[in-house]
Amino acid sequence: MTTPRPSSPPPLRSSTEERRGDPGQRTPDNHVDHVLGLADDALVSAQRMGWWISRAPQLEEDLALANIGLDLLGQARALLSHAGALEGQGRGEDDLAYWRDERDFRNVKLVERPQEDFGVAMARLLVLSTWQSELYAALQRSTDPVLAAVAAKAAKEVAYHHDHATRWVLRLGDGTPESHARMQAALDAEWPWIEELFDESHLDPALVTDGVAVAPSSLREPVLRRLGDVVRSATLEVPDVPARVPGGRAGLHTEHLGRMLAEMQHLTRSHPGATW
Amino acid sequence: MTRLPDVGTGRETRAWQVAARVLDPELPVVTIEDLGILRDVTEDDQGRVHVQVTPTYSGCPAMETIRTDLIDRLSEEGYLHVTVEFVLSPAWSTDQITPQGRARLEEYGVAPPPTEAERRSAPVGLTLSVRCPQCGSPDTRESSRFGSTACKSLWVCRACREPFDHFKAL
Repeated sequence: MTTPRPSSPPPLRSSTEERRGDPGQRTPDNHVDHVLGLADDALVSAQRMGWWISRAPQLEEDLALANIGLDLLGQARALLSHAGALEGQGRGEDDLAYWRDERDFRNVKLVERPQEDFGVAMARLLVLSTWQSELYAALQRSTDPVLAAVAAKAAKEVAYHHDHATRWVLRLGDGTPESHARMQAALDAEWPWIEELFDESHLDPALVTDGVAVAPSSLREPVLRRLGDVVRSATLEVPDVPARVPGGRAGLHTEHLGRMLAEMQHLTRSHPGATW
Repeated sequence: MTRLPDVGTGRETRAWQVAARVLDPELPVVTIEDLGILRDVTEDDQGRVHVQVTPTYSGCPAMETIRTDLIDRLSEEGYLHVTVEFVLSPAWSTDQITPQGRARLEEYGVAPPPTEAERRSAPVGLTLSVRCPQCGSPDTRESSRFGSTACKSLWVCRACREPFDHFKAL
């Protein structure tokens, strides 16, 4: 997990970050990894959402996608700061966002692929926001108080994202033959990646037993039921497609993440310590 | 930074009154106290001040400016050691906007969010009508769920034809 940082800047300090790191109580790596996974889901989604700014079909949609991306970025920042504090090695949110390489990212593969088709962007936002709303609802009772606080805040924001994605899927699915076909194609493209959200192979079961984490598999039924309801209301079909192999939580990603990170991290790595 | 021993906690202290006058940089008619995002101000016997604020939305970009403004205002009043902490729990809600804050928003042209009582009295699933802050007409429509900032949506009044911002319920 430790990324070499040849010329990285000193971590940005905030009063919160200064509280980190009681060396006597080192948090297990699997707890850090779990928080990083949720942080990276939000961070990578925020970056992909940012692609749409200035490219959305109408000005109002530009505003919406920018605001949704901003919410996700805010959630990512809180989670990354928390992961850094748990890790206790002095890494802050910026170190974790900009100075980790692809193999150290713990996000699911659903969120890292390009989403340069509006139907795909809305299909993915529907999946992500449905899963996040179930996850954050349950995570509000986490025994990790910071995780519980982030979840309580994020749950309210994600409800708006879910509403937005639902409206578009209904409108496009139950629209013209062209929009219907393209929305169905978008669902077909996203569906194989859903199963990874419920994969438990990289989660320490002790985290669930201790009440820190929510068992991913426990979210499958409510998430798939809610997704199915929206899809059928939109006169679309729930895709019957085989699931793709998981691995994102273990740092095994698609070819797309590295390219996205190259763009996202380029400025910081070229000008370490620069501020504006 | 370890939490300092509390000498005076809360609204009685002068430091709270100074902090409470800091304006929201994106809605410069309401203070952070009006918005309900100023959570706590503690001052120790050395005059060191610790301020807790909570963001409206997780990604609210105004937080850094609010931190700087708090430090500036407090140091102008002689508090030279100021720390600002962002806290997330309990999560902020639009119900924490004070009546004065709601009045100032409306006067500025931003329709305030529905109160808790208004939301409770509304039939389930029905969106409440938002009154136009310009002409007072309830005949308005939402033109965009997401507006100029994360906390606002964009509305248009059918009566006076003017667009306006609405502070979304959260």
